[in-house]
Formats: sequence, C-alpha cells, structure tokens
Amino acid sequence: MMKSMKARAKAGNALIYAILSGLSFIWLLPIVWLIMSSFRKEPGAYTAYIIPKEFTLDNYTRLFTETTLFNYPRWFMNTLIVAIFSCIISTVIVLLTSYALSRLRFKMRKPMMNIALVLGMFPGFMSMIAIYHILKAFGLTQSLFALVLVYSGGAALGYYISKGFFDTIPKAIDESAMLDGASKNTIFWKITLPLSKPIVVYTILMAFIGPWVDFIFVSVIMKDNYQNYTVALGLFQMLSRENIYQYFTRFAAGAVLIAIPITILFIYMQKYYVSGITGGSVKG
Amino acid sequence: MKGGTQMTNGLKAFGKRIGLFFTHFSQGDIITKASYFVMGLGQFLRGQWVKGAAYLGVQLIFIYYMLVSGISSILGLRTLGTKLQERVWSEERGIFVVQAGDNSMLMLLFGVAAIFVVLAFVMVYWMSVSGSYQNQMTLEAGKKPLNFRQEIDVYLNEKYHITVLTLPVFLTFLFTIVPLVFMILLAFTNFDRFHQPPGNLFTWVGFENFTAALWKDPLKSKTFIDLLIWTLIWAVFATVLNYIFGMVLAIMINKKGIKLKKFWRTIFVITIAVPQFVSLMLMSQLLADQGTLNVILQEMNLIDKFLPFLSDPTMAKITVIVVNLWVGVPYSMLITSGILMNIPTDLYESAKIDGANAWVQFWKITLPYMLFVTGPYLITQFIGNINNFNVIYLLTRGGPLSLEYFQAGKTDLLVTWLYKLTVNEQNYSLASTIGIFIFMLSAFFSLIVFNKTASTQKEDDFQ
Repeated sequence: MMKSMKARAKAGNALIYAILSGLSFIWLLPIVWLIMSSFRKEPGAYTAYIIPKEFTLDNYTRLFTETTLFNYPRWFMNTLIVAIFSCIISTVIVLLTSYALSRLRFKMRKPMMNIALVLGMFPGFMSMIAIYHILKAFGLTQSLFALVLVYSGGAALGYYISKGFFDTIPKAIDESAMLDGASKNTIFWKITLPLSKPIVVYTILMAFIGPWVDFIFVSVIMKDNYQNYTVALGLFQMLSRENIYQYFTRFAAGAVLIAIPITILFIYMQKYYVSGITGGSVKG
Repeated sequence: MKGGTQMTNGLKAFGKRIGLFFTHFSQGDIITKASYFVMGLGQFLRGQWVKGAAYLGVQLIFIYYMLVSGISSILGLRTLGTKLQERVWSEERGIFVVQAGDNSMLMLLFGVAAIFVVLAFVMVYWMSVSGSYQNQMTLEAGKKPLNFRQEIDVYLNEKYHITVLTLPVFLTFLFTIVPLVFMILLAFTNFDRFHQPPGNLFTWVGFENFTAALWKDPLKSKTFIDLLIWTLIWAVFATVLNYIFGMVLAIMINKKGIKLKKFWRTIFVITIAVPQFVSLMLMSQLLADQGTLNVILQEMNLIDKFLPFLSDPTMAKITVIVVNLWVGVPYSMLITSGILMNIPTDLYESAKIDGANAWVQFWKITLPYMLFVTGPYLITQFIGNINNFNVIYLLTRGGPLSLEYFQAGKTDLLVTWLYKLTVNEQNYSLASTIGIFIFMLSAFFSLIVFNKTASTQKEDDFQ
C-alpha cells in the first residue's frame, strides 16, 4: 500500500519535471534565439535554424564603431544620463510622498490618495500628448531635459509599493522617538530611512530601469531627432522594413547588452517586487 | 457610496471656510481687515516679517501676471482664437510675409494654466487672511505669534506633511493634472489635422466627438464599438488565463518533492527581466509571415503555405493572447507563489483526513483562498490589460489593418487606437474622447473593487 502510493507520487513528480522542462524550453527559446542571433555571422532576420553556422563578435564591435546611421554609443549615453537624473528626482519624490501618506496623519491624506487613484485611471500617454504640447510651447521638445521631466514628473503617483513597505514599520518606534523629543523630520531621516534600505534600493533601481525599457513616451517626445534617441527607440528603428535584413543581428547584440544588467538587477530585486505588489492585498 | 459622502463632506468643509472668511473679517481688528486687501499685513505688522513679505510678494506677482497675461488668457478660452494666420503684402520688403494669427492650442494651454494660477492664488490668499486672524487671536490671548525660526520648526514637525508633499504635489499638478485637464477639454474641440495650429484655428464643438464616436459617424462608431468589445475580450482572456496558468505553474514548482525550486523560478523570472520591447519585437519577427517559425515549419514540410499568425484577424487575436501568456505567466507565478506558501497547512491536512484528492483541494481550498487574497490584484491586472499598449503595439502594431475601421486595425485596443490617432493622424480631439471613454471603463471596474474590498480601510490595524 505504502509502496504504491510512493510510486504514484514519484510518477507524478516525474510528470511535473517533464512539464516544467517543456515549459522552460518554450520560455527560454526566444531568449536563446536572441543571444544566438547576436553572435551570428550570416545577415538576415529570418533563418531556418537557431544555432548560427558561423559565430562572430562583429555585431557587438560594429555597434560601437559604425555609428553613422545608428549611433548606439550615443543612444547608450543618452539613456544613461536620462536614467541617472530621472532616477534621482523620482526617488526623492516617491520616498517623500509615500512617507507622508504612510506615516503622517493629516486631513488631506485620504482625499489625496483617492485623487491619485482617479488620476491613475486615465491612460498614461493621454497626459503625455498634452505634455508634448506644453514642452513645445516652451521650446523644450526633443531634448534630453524634456525626457527627464517626463520620466520623473509623474513619479509621485507611483507611491504604492514603498508606502506598503513604510506601513510595515511598527509605529511604536516612531512614538518612542517622539517621546524622546525627536521631530518628525528627524524621525524620517534618522529612523525610517535607515530601516527602509531595501525599499530605497528598490525605488532607485526601478526609477533607473524605467528609461531603458520605455518605448512609448520617448517616441512621442523625440519624434525624428535621432541624436537624442534612447536605446529602446534606437533599437526599434533597426527593425524597420528597410533595415531589418542588414541590422537584425546587430539589434540582437544591442538588446543583449541592455538586457543583461536589467536581468541581473531584476533577479536581485524580485522579492521586493513581489512583496510590494502583494503587500497591500495580503493584509486585507 | 463612500465617494459620495466624501464629496458632501468636502463641500461642507468648503462652505464652512467661506462662512469663516466673512466672520473673521467682521470680527477682525483694523490690521486683520486691512490684510484682506494687502496680503501679509497681518503677519508683517505682528512680527512675522519674512512670512508677511512673502505674502505681499505673491500678491504683487499675481496682480502683475493677471494684468499682463492672465486676464486675456482666461478670456481667450471663450473663442480659442478668431484671427487666422495670413499672408500680407509687405511694401518695404516687396514680398508676402506670414502674419501670425491666433494659436488656438497655446490659447487653450495658457487659459488652463491661468485658471490653475488663480486657484493657487485663492488658496494662498485664504492662508494669509486666516493666518492673520489667528495671529490676532494669539495676541489677544496674551501670547506672541511664532517667529520665523519657530515656524520652520513647526514645518519640520507638526506640519511636516506640508514640507514633504509640496514638491510632489506641485509636480503632479504640472505633469499630470494640468495636462489631463487640457486633454479633457480637447475632447470638446475640433482639433484634428484640418484644424491644426498655427495655420488654422480650432474651436469648441460641445459633445460632437462623443456622439460621433458613439453613433453619429458610422465609420468612427463602428471602429469604437468593435475595438471596445475586443478590448474587453482581450482584457478578460489576458487576465484570467495568465492568472490560472501562473498559479498552476507556481503550484507545480512549490509542490513537495520537486527539487531545484529556485532554479525553475529563476528560468521564468529571466523572461520578465528582459525588456518587453526586446522580447515582443523578437516575437513579432519569430511569428511574421516570412518569420523564423514559418520558415522552420516549411522546411520541415509540415505546412505548404505560411501560417498567418499575425496577419489574419482571428489568428492574430489568438496569437496576441497566447504571446501575452508568455509575457505574463511568470509575473503571476511570482506573485501567487508567495501567497500559496501562506495558505495555512492545517487546511490541507484536515482536507486530506476527509479524503479530498488534489483536484478537490485545489477547487475547495486553494482557489477560493487565492481569489480572496488576490482579488484586488486581479482587477488591477484587468485594468492594466485594458491599457496594455506594449503587447499589442509591439507585436502587431494593431494590424492587420482594416478599411472598415477609422485608422485602426483588427487587433487594436482602444489605447493603441488613441496612440495612432495622435501620432499618425493628429486627430487630437477624437483621441481625447477615446481617452475619456477608457477612463470611464477603468473607473467603472475600480469602483467595483473598492466597494468589495475593505483592505484600504484597514491599513491602520497593521502598524
């Protein structure tokens, strides 16, 4: 009796292993294909095989040497600059907002959270179009500065995840500090922030990654100003009908280059990501 | 219901303030009364020099702004411009020169901005007069109003929320609220490519765009209704399938006896981490008519003609839902696996004693528990899918295009249609109208959630 049950459990597990392996294959296939294409010597987008006939590093080196049509190094620097500045601004804004909405009690708190909720229901780039016209009125469109403003200006509305984290810090800590005569400002800088390193790191990294993966906003802002493109928009151009045959392998190389650091960051951050999203609902 | 009471509370508070505004004036001494006309006087004359000077500065700047451009900006909102751009013969230069007319877009923009400036000023004004009255009360009670130093201390402690939130609120106004108001107003104009400033004017047309999208214009209304239905179908399938498959995957990985849990999880997480624009553009190459998948299948002689994964309307719709599984299942796997581990094990133990098999356990314990805990997450996902731009646009660009539709393709969602209307078609008024409809859709579904869940009200219990 016991034996047959064990055997059945074993068979069940074997089935699960088989399914998991199959799924892993499906899920990894496009990524393997991307990496393989980035090392492929033969040009062209559509090949009937996945492992290249000849391997080469040319696709990577030419990204950085042949810059007349597609200036990858320049786009890379653009994205880096925009990412650094918008990361600083939005981190500050997000942390301030979520701290206030989580730890402080004031009359406008609930209304403000409701307003944020309502604002979030409008499609994101509806306001984007207006921002484009506003920036145009000030002669700022197609500049990196405009892009920084766009990425960090709306940051306050993304306060949920870090608010969820601040909510978990026991209030008793604040109260005992207050009894010792600490002001709320002191509490924020000296107690809450040091206790919140994970969420600070998370906020910084998320804000930093944003510009690397965004495609919509930058395409509205930059239009045809190739010099100020970010990596995402630039790579998108490589896949246009005229370019795809010649540039597909180079697109793959460029994509791999930005996907690697983002992948590492994300694997490192996944637990914060999950607790941030489920945090609010688990508590309900 | 909740929103309703909040609204009436807000109105009551507003009415109370208006009442206070007049009682303070009648009860105020001469300084308080004077500060109703010269802002900051009630602070300046009572020892708060910095604050008083700041209020006076605000008032002077405001008056200057209103006289120079504010008033004309607000008046401009009535017509959005009357003077067309013209070519006039210039005697001295001997050529036609372009004489600038009114720019409707800028007039609308500056008009909206001016209204917000006025509102902000009213708020500052209220702060100054009520502050002045409070100072009078403090003095009458025999105390001294706070000096600048003490005031700063207050803003670092009791009123810390004001210090902390000023910048975020300001930026949100600038980059979200003002643009949204501007866009909402555009929905009531005829701003399309035939009314494009600076060459042409546009003006108010009332609800014309709304009626056109709903029934009046056959082409537009057919597009709108069809895309609305497809958007809802898409959102339901994308949300439900992702959720169920993600949960099944998580259950498999978390099952007792399965080794290398972390390894399996990481494999699926990798696909989340690859930027979506990369993986989706890759997929669109893979699935194109002459794409790799078709080439491979043809070389293996499994098919004679390519399969129209992305070019046949029905097939393309199925393809985007399937590819979205590839994108979304790892997310829901990640989210659900944490919660699955939190399900109290004694529930399962007692079920086992009662002789329930794995299937029954899933339906009777796992699923109800998960739905209870992740209900809000599911609705957020649903709304997210209504607005899912990336998957559709990067995969099919909304195609295959259709002549039955106004500037849209068979797989276009309302959002991607909105994008196309603005970027390719410059039909801003119709795009804004669609945006408002999308908002109503999301708001409708959010309302259901927030009436059903109490999690937002209970937040205090956990601190």
